Amino acid sequence: MDELMIGGVTLKSRLLLGTGKFARKQIIPDVIKSSETQVVTMAVRRVDLGAKEENILEYIHKDIVLLPNTSGARNTEEAVRIARLARAMGCGNWVKIEVISDNKYLLPDNHETIKATEILAKEGFVVLPYMSPDLMSAKRLVEAGAAAVMPLGAPIGTNRGIRTKELIQILIDEIDLPIIVDAGIGRPSEAAEAMEMGADAVLVNTAIATSNDPINMAKAFSLAVKAGRLAYLSKLGPEKEYAQASSPLTGFLNEGEI
Amino acid sequence: MSFYDQYINYKTFDFDHFFEQVTESDIKRILNKNRIDPYEFLALLSPSAENFLEEMAQKAQKLSLQHFGKAILLFTPMYLANYCINQCAYCGYNIQNSIKRKQLTLDEIEKEAIAISSTGLRHILILTGESPKDTPVDYIVEAVKVLKKYFDSIGIEIYPLAEEEYRKMIDAGVDGLTVYQEVYDEVIYDHVHISGPKKNYNYRLNAPERGCKAKMRNVNIGALLGLNEWRREAFFTGIHANYLQNKYPDVCIGVSPPRIRPHAGVFEDVYPVSDKNLVQYMLALRIFLPYLGINLSTRESAKFRDHLIALGITKISAGVSTEVGGHSSEDKGEGQFEISDSRNVDEMKEVILANGYQPVFKDWMHI
Repeated sequence: MDELMIGGVTLKSRLLLGTGKFARKQIIPDVIKSSETQVVTMAVRRVDLGAKEENILEYIHKDIVLLPNTSGARNTEEAVRIARLARAMGCGNWVKIEVISDNKYLLPDNHETIKATEILAKEGFVVLPYMSPDLMSAKRLVEAGAAAVMPLGAPIGTNRGIRTKELIQILIDEIDLPIIVDAGIGRPSEAAEAMEMGADAVLVNTAIATSNDPINMAKAFSLAVKAGRLAYLSKLGPEKEYAQASSPLTGFLNEGEI
Repeated sequence: MSFYDQYINYKTFDFDHFFEQVTESDIKRILNKNRIDPYEFLALLSPSAENFLEEMAQKAQKLSLQHFGKAILLFTPMYLANYCINQCAYCGYNIQNSIKRKQLTLDEIEKEAIAISSTGLRHILILTGESPKDTPVDYIVEAVKVLKKYFDSIGIEIYPLAEEEYRKMIDAGVDGLTVYQEVYDEVIYDHVHISGPKKNYNYRLNAPERGCKAKMRNVNIGALLGLNEWRREAFFTGIHANYLQNKYPDVCIGVSPPRIRPHAGVFEDVYPVSDKNLVQYMLALRIFLPYLGINLSTRESAKFRDHLIALGITKISAGVSTEVGGHSSEDKGEGQFEISDSRNVDEMKEVILANGYQPVFKDWMHI
C-alpha cells in the first residue's frame, strides 16, 4: 500500500486542500469529499469560533487533519503567536508556517520561516513550512525539525504551474522529508506533473475554489494526483534526446567491412 | 525621498496632451501585458480606454480572483465624534457649519460596540473629525482598548498623526490606517482647505508613509472624487499606492474611490464623475496593482455596489451610519454625509452570496 507518513499520521490521499477563496463555505464539505483529501488547511486569522455559521471548522469533518496556517504573519514572532493561538483554539498541533513580508508577490521569507519552524517544532508542533524552493533553506528546515517541506511551484494564486521545476526536483532528490508542492498549481495536469516528478503530495486551493464547479474540479485533481503518483511508482520510460531512425545512416557498418 | 518628490515629477505633466495621443491599439497592447507601468496605467484612465471597459473588466476580475478569491470582507465605520477645527469646503464637519456636534463617552462607545458586534461584524473603522483638543490621541487609545473586546480588527480614520503616535495606536490594538489626501492637486488642495491644520498638504500626504513606518498592517489611501478632474486624481492615487507598496512590501495597501455626496453646507465646484468613470478607475487600478485592496463605501447606491462586487472589490461596508452614536444612541450627532446604501449586515451578506462571493467577517485577530 502506497501511503504517505507525516508527523506520525499515515495518509492515503496525497492531495491537500486549501479553504480560502471559496464562494461559499457551505460547499467545502462536498469539495473535501470529492477531493478525498485527508488534510485541510485554513487561515487561523479567518477562524471565527464565536459565529457558528461563519466558523470554517464547522464545515470540516472531525476525521480530517486540520492544518492551520499562519497566513498574515510578517515575521517569525507573528507566525509563532498565530500557531500558538491555533493550538489554543483547538485546531490540533499541525501548523503550516507562512511568513510573508511581500504583499506584491506573496513570496515566503525563508529566513524567518526557518526560525519559526525551529521554535514551533521544539514546542511539539508538526511543522509544515511553506517556502521558496532553495536547497540550503530546505536543509535548514530539516535541521529545524520540519515534518515536511512545502516549496512553491509559482506565486500563490497565479495558477501558472510548476515554474520552479528544476529547483523542486533538486529538493525531491536531496531532501529526506516529504516534499509537498504548494501554490501555483492551476490545472490537474500540473498536479500530475508534480507527482510524476516524485513530489510526495500537492496542496491546491485557488484552482479548485475559483473554478465554476469546485466539486468536480476537486475530483479532477484527486484523479490527477493519483495518476501522477502511479506513473512515478511505475517508473516513466526514459526520455531520449535523439531520434531513433528506422533507416539509420550508420547501418552499413553492421554489415561488415566493405 | 517622499511621495511628494514623485508628485512634483508629474505636477507639470501635460495630461491632456497624453490622453490625446493614446490610441485603441495602445490599449489593446496594454491589456495583453502581465505588468504595466505608470504611463500604461494612465493610458487605461484615458478617454480612449472607455471603449474597452468590458475587456478591462474581464482582466480585472481574473486578477482579483487569483489574488483574493471569491471573498469580500465586511466592515463598518463607527463615528466617535464630529468636532472639527478645519474649514474644508466639501465637508459637513466644517467648523463653520452649525451642525449638532457630539462626542461619545467610553460608556457610549461600549454600547455602540455591543450594537455593532451583535450584527456579526468583526472589523471596524473608527472615525473622528480633526480636533486634537476634543479627541486627543489618548482618548482614541482609550476607545480602542474598549473596542478591542468586541472586534478582531480596528482601523482608524482620524486626523494625521506623527509616526510615534501611530505606534501608540498600534500598541493599543489598531491594525489599519485610513487617510485620504482628498485631492492631490496642490493648488486645489489649498483652495478647498480654507483654514485649519488640514491646510498643511505635506503633513497629510506623508501620513500614510508614517503609518507604514510605524508598522500598520493595512494602510488605505484615496482621493475624494469630484474635487478635481478625476483621471488625474485617479492617477496620483495609483502611483501613491504603488510608491507605498514598493517601499513597504509588508503592508497591505488599499485604495478607496469615494465620490462626493450631499452633506451639510454648500460646495458648488464639483467635477463630474459618472458611474462609468468610477468603474474605469477601479478596473485600471486593479490591472495596475493586482494585489491592491479596493474598498467600497455606502456613498454609492445599493444597485451600483452590487454590480461592483464582481469587478475587484475586496472590502465593503455594511450596516452603515455616519452619525455619531448612530447604532445605539437616541441622541445622535449629525452625519458627515448622506449614505446611499442603508442595507443592514444580513442584507449585505445575502447580496454578496447571491453574487457568488463569500462574505468574510473575520480576516485578522489581535495576536
